[in-house]
Amino acid sequence: MIVGGGGHGLGTAYYLAAEHGLTNIAVVEKGWIGGGNTGRNTTIIRSNYLFDESIAIYEHALKLWEGLSQALNYNVMYSPRGVMMLAHSVHDTQMLKRIMHADRANGVDNEWLTPEEAKAYCPPLEIGTHLRYPVLGATLQRRGGTARHDAVAWGYARAADALGVDILENCEVTGIRRGAGGAVEALETTRGLIRTPRVGVVAAGNSSVVMGLAGVRLPLESFPLQALVSEPVKPVFPCVVMSNAIHAYISQSDKGELVIGAGTDAYNSYTQRGALHVDLHTLEAICELFPAFRRLRMLRNWGGIVDVTVDRSPIVGKTPVPGLYLNCGWGTGGFKATPGSAHVFAWTMAKDEPHPYAAPFSLERFRDGAMIDEAAAAGVSH
Amino acid sequence: MSAFRTASGGRVDRARRLRFTFDGRAWEGLAGDTLASALLANGVHLVGRSFKYHRPRGILTAGAEEPNALVTVRRDAARETPNLKATQVELYDGLVAESQNRWPSLGFDVGRVNDLLSPLFPAGFYYKTFMWPRSAWARLYEPVIRRAAGLGRAPEAPDPDRYAQRHAHCDVLVVGAGPAGIAAARAAADAGACVILCDEQSEPGGALLDGAPAQIDGLAAGDWLARAVAALAADPKVRMLARTTAFGYFPHNHLGLVERCTDHIAAPAADSVRERLWQVRAREVVLAAGAIEQPLVFPGNDRPGVMLAGAARSYLKRYGVRAGTRAVLVTATDAAYQAALDLHAAGVAIAAIADLRPAAAGVWVEAARRAGIEVLAGAAIGGTRGGRRVSGVTISGRTIACDLVLMSGGYAPSVHLFSQSRGRLTWSDSMRCFVPSQSAERERSAGACRGVYGLAAALADGAAAGLAAARACGFTGIERGYAVAGESATHQAPGATPPAVADRGKAFVDFQNDVTIRDLVLAAQEGFRSIEHVKRYTTVGMATDQGKTSNLNALGLVAARLGKPVPDVGHTTFRMPYTPVTFGALAGAARGELFDPVRTTPMHEVAVARGAVFEDVGQWKRARYFPRAGEDMHAAVARECLAVRNACGVFDASTLGKIAVVGPDAAEFLNRLYVNDFAGLGVGRCRYGVLLREDGFVYDDGVIARLAADRFHVTTTTGGAARVLAMMEDYRQTEWPGLAVWLTSTTEQWAVIAVQGPLARRVIEPLAAGIDLAPSALPHMAVAHGRIAGAPAMLFRVSFTGELGYEINVPAARGVAVWEAVCAAGRAHGITPYGTETMHVLRAEKGYIIVGQETDGTAVPDDVGLAWAIGRKKPDFVGKRSIERAGIRRAGRKQLVGLRTRDPKIVLEEGAQLADRPGIPAPMKPVGHVTSSYASAVLGHSIALAMIAGGRARIGQTLFVRVPGGDVEAKVTIPVFYDPEGARLHA
Repeated sequence: MIVGGGGHGLGTAYYLAAEHGLTNIAVVEKGWIGGGNTGRNTTIIRSNYLFDESIAIYEHALKLWEGLSQALNYNVMYSPRGVMMLAHSVHDTQMLKRIMHADRANGVDNEWLTPEEAKAYCPPLEIGTHLRYPVLGATLQRRGGTARHDAVAWGYARAADALGVDILENCEVTGIRRGAGGAVEALETTRGLIRTPRVGVVAAGNSSVVMGLAGVRLPLESFPLQALVSEPVKPVFPCVVMSNAIHAYISQSDKGELVIGAGTDAYNSYTQRGALHVDLHTLEAICELFPAFRRLRMLRNWGGIVDVTVDRSPIVGKTPVPGLYLNCGWGTGGFKATPGSAHVFAWTMAKDEPHPYAAPFSLERFRDGAMIDEAAAAGVSH
Repeated sequence: MSAFRTASGGRVDRARRLRFTFDGRAWEGLAGDTLASALLANGVHLVGRSFKYHRPRGILTAGAEEPNALVTVRRDAARETPNLKATQVELYDGLVAESQNRWPSLGFDVGRVNDLLSPLFPAGFYYKTFMWPRSAWARLYEPVIRRAAGLGRAPEAPDPDRYAQRHAHCDVLVVGAGPAGIAAARAAADAGACVILCDEQSEPGGALLDGAPAQIDGLAAGDWLARAVAALAADPKVRMLARTTAFGYFPHNHLGLVERCTDHIAAPAADSVRERLWQVRAREVVLAAGAIEQPLVFPGNDRPGVMLAGAARSYLKRYGVRAGTRAVLVTATDAAYQAALDLHAAGVAIAAIADLRPAAAGVWVEAARRAGIEVLAGAAIGGTRGGRRVSGVTISGRTIACDLVLMSGGYAPSVHLFSQSRGRLTWSDSMRCFVPSQSAERERSAGACRGVYGLAAALADGAAAGLAAARACGFTGIERGYAVAGESATHQAPGATPPAVADRGKAFVDFQNDVTIRDLVLAAQEGFRSIEHVKRYTTVGMATDQGKTSNLNALGLVAARLGKPVPDVGHTTFRMPYTPVTFGALAGAARGELFDPVRTTPMHEVAVARGAVFEDVGQWKRARYFPRAGEDMHAAVARECLAVRNACGVFDASTLGKIAVVGPDAAEFLNRLYVNDFAGLGVGRCRYGVLLREDGFVYDDGVIARLAADRFHVTTTTGGAARVLAMMEDYRQTEWPGLAVWLTSTTEQWAVIAVQGPLARRVIEPLAAGIDLAPSALPHMAVAHGRIAGAPAMLFRVSFTGELGYEINVPAARGVAVWEAVCAAGRAHGITPYGTETMHVLRAEKGYIIVGQETDGTAVPDDVGLAWAIGRKKPDFVGKRSIERAGIRRAGRKQLVGLRTRDPKIVLEEGAQLADRPGIPAPMKPVGHVTSSYASAVLGHSIALAMIAGGRARIGQTLFVRVPGGDVEAKVTIPVFYDPEGARLHA
């Protein structure tokens, strides 16, 4: 049983069926598939992380992205438009160059651009010194880009369905029944009891709630994270630009909307909406970096609930409860990991041992202190 | 006067003619027109092209819900605004508008071929194709799709206009100034409440602007409106905001409003504000947002000349424009009959009224027949004919020639803001629409937005809501009513009607996104059951009108297809904004220097005058180096470094965070917080403090001085000042509330002048009064009070350079004077101002870490050589338990070491990765990375600090730094390159 019908959960079901030969698989989803963070993110894909462990799992995902449309026979519109990350200070420059060097050592493409080269790659970008925080340079991962988020959920769902996976929407888990030895026996749901010896919880912002049903407390905080789009315009923005320092994340969708990521609210919440001032701050940054966009208009804004760990890295692996597996904590960056996360999680569930790429992301690391702190390289300030 | 303008009537000013152009052709309109009404007055119906099929499109509505008539309005090269709804663009003299999404012209659009090929492009076609070969999507298909998509063009030049923001508080915010809103505002204000009344239109009145044939309190409705508005405008308790859209409803009655101030003016003043964002916090909210007429779904319902009945009536009564010469009304409700009768009275031939209801009868049908209009009950609409303008409509197999088709599927209450506020909607079977049921905020809906239709009912509902809102604020008002006479007979339920149409031809549900019935059927066939899925798969409701004229029809169709009642299918989430909001209004004045506050030190201007080059460190501007003529950074830093090592340098350290920790338990507080022992620190002494997070990783560092038994002066890193204070407050308030200790940020109270170098004492000596500078009296890591250059001062003997050093703290206002005095006193000793870059080199020569540069959130004190700082006898401190965990004690952790390149001239790039063998191809696992790297002038070679796995055990080994073009050989050393014994420090 997979709890959570987002991209990670549906993908897990797909890989369990497609690569591990499991035949009796179901996904339960309390709402509609892909309706959580899979359908609420800004679709950025990249693997330019800082630590070897992160690079390994995100690069694994990126390689899967490159062939995902063909593997699923569903066009997920993976578009390697290039992800550019801007440096606005000496400190930014040091950190981004460290990431770049770490990526290249790990065999992941990443290169340094001068401000002029950054402007050439992304013409709307303002690089003048009149900016409050002028652009001092940028890294560029050319294989990074975007994909169509809904298509990822639908593509995995369709492919999983074709392999016999049951997908149950409007089916919320209300209890996790455990046997005398403590192992998982069944899921209680709003649509009845489902007996199962193996449960993978892939519930993103609600992971703490679901795991709480099994008596497991998680080192997670859930925050609302917002995003917004402009009205559609003709192609004007050729890549993805991220500025961690001044909090601007922007790309343009195939439909023409500028897709803009905002920050998290300061307070924990399970409501899928955030506060206005967070959007204002985001658009201040967008308008500062791309002053020609000031006359464009915000068309739609929404929020999702991100599950954030203390080291901003995910939790993928086994839990203290036999038969219960956990995949969560992707925070603000889960979409890009979808195929990699699903792939290694399926491996982990099928073999009852962590996939080598998942092993560093164990729940135990919080107890042992083997952190993988990607806060500096994360896309969003916390 | 144009052919389609009536001789009189309406709210346009017939004496003021305005010129404008559309796609380069000159036209004339009247003051009070919108671009849409002016175009219609000139007989122009073709105004746009649809998103996907590039079908010719006209004007469907008369308001914010318009999906078709999108234009770009251009004032000049930098003031070009795409995707504006012509129905909202107020005409001004000289207005220049262009149609969008067509090439080469609106009349002949090559993209129209998509319409002919449309069997190839049903909903979601792109998910199923364009996948082979693998690279073709990004290289071939996607660019083509992108060029075809999009609507208007984005401006290319920076927007020169100004935007403003305001916060406002009120007792009652009323959204919508139609009859219900006006009555609500009146009632609330009469009760004594402070009221804000906003409306998106250019003038208040709502439906009354379309000329209601009724009397209110004995006055013609128009006259009553003028009086009511004048009275509200004169009321000091009422603020009326026209052209102001309430676009977002946030928790706790926080609403976002955007006011469009100048877009309707021909030549706005240069310094005027284009748009203003209002953030309103209201004690109570009354939503009186009205209702939106819904289209019918039938083949060819998108042709120019097919218009909502209410819109055609609005063009006639408000703007004096006949939208055609011969019209057919297709309706499913009584509400649309008034439009046909009014147009008939204005001289538009009504060829027929096709009433889709099988048993159409009643007063409206009779009135139409009395007027000589043919009414076809139980009519079936087959479709329309025409190219760029409708030329006929087929009703029950009979084709009727016409140049205007009026349609009405009834009204849907505008529940957008209510739903945004998380209020619960309920489905009304009688009206076939969603209406508000349970408020989540202190909010009331009134009038048509909750399904209360008709003038008398809306006035009464509004007045009741306004009074209730005022009472909820604690005011006592009395009820009053409105006497309405002559109102048209009550309509039957004017709610939306589910379209029941044969599945042939293109029957559009979402006009702008070109979503047809077939697309919805296809989505259902493909297994999309959730309305949210149908929306995402077909893109219905996702256009720039956000489904205001499509969501309800789509819902009805999907429900019918799935064989479920509509409420079981549910509705998609209403999200902010109600209508699109300009980025500039949301960003406000934040640009350039105003984007983020600039923090400068008291001595900033002195550094500017000396030609310093600055760097941004957080919000601070810090002098990075002070180049002399002809010097680059390298030369300047080398000179500054040597001056400090050989003589004396002066440095502005004012940006360091400073926190006064005061109280009987101050020592205990710091003892619990920092790793060091602070209980045993003597008064007048300083200690280098290390602060960890709960997870044991280094969070901040800084020198902490004990000024008195109960008073500490804590310094933090420049970037860490705010977060360290926040962490301290968090612990003080939540973990240790019993401790008597108080925290005050004093960062900006002190100017800090660091005087560093072997001659530092000689520089300061003549300036110091009441301070004994003798090493025995003021040794390294001591602090004394006295006067420096006449200013009251705290003098710290501390060093971040490894030299004899002092940091003079004086009140900020005295900073410049003391700086100048120090420089004057030091002139004979060769004193040299130096910046942050030099400071970095000097501290790296000594192996002093920078938190955030050597550490990255994964380093515990021992990793960066700070284990010595930990107070061994302390029972606890923040992070203590964490640094004793298994993962922290395991071997092979990265440790701070030094690096010496074999070639002394090579300065490594910070962030470069290290390998233990040369030439390992990627991917490989690096053993560590360079954290700091500089050319050391005093040593005559480059130096670097690095974090390396098991680094301390590798001292003496050779590692290989991976750089483009080959590996650089470097030897691992201890991380102290200069004066490792520290003799100079204690001089």
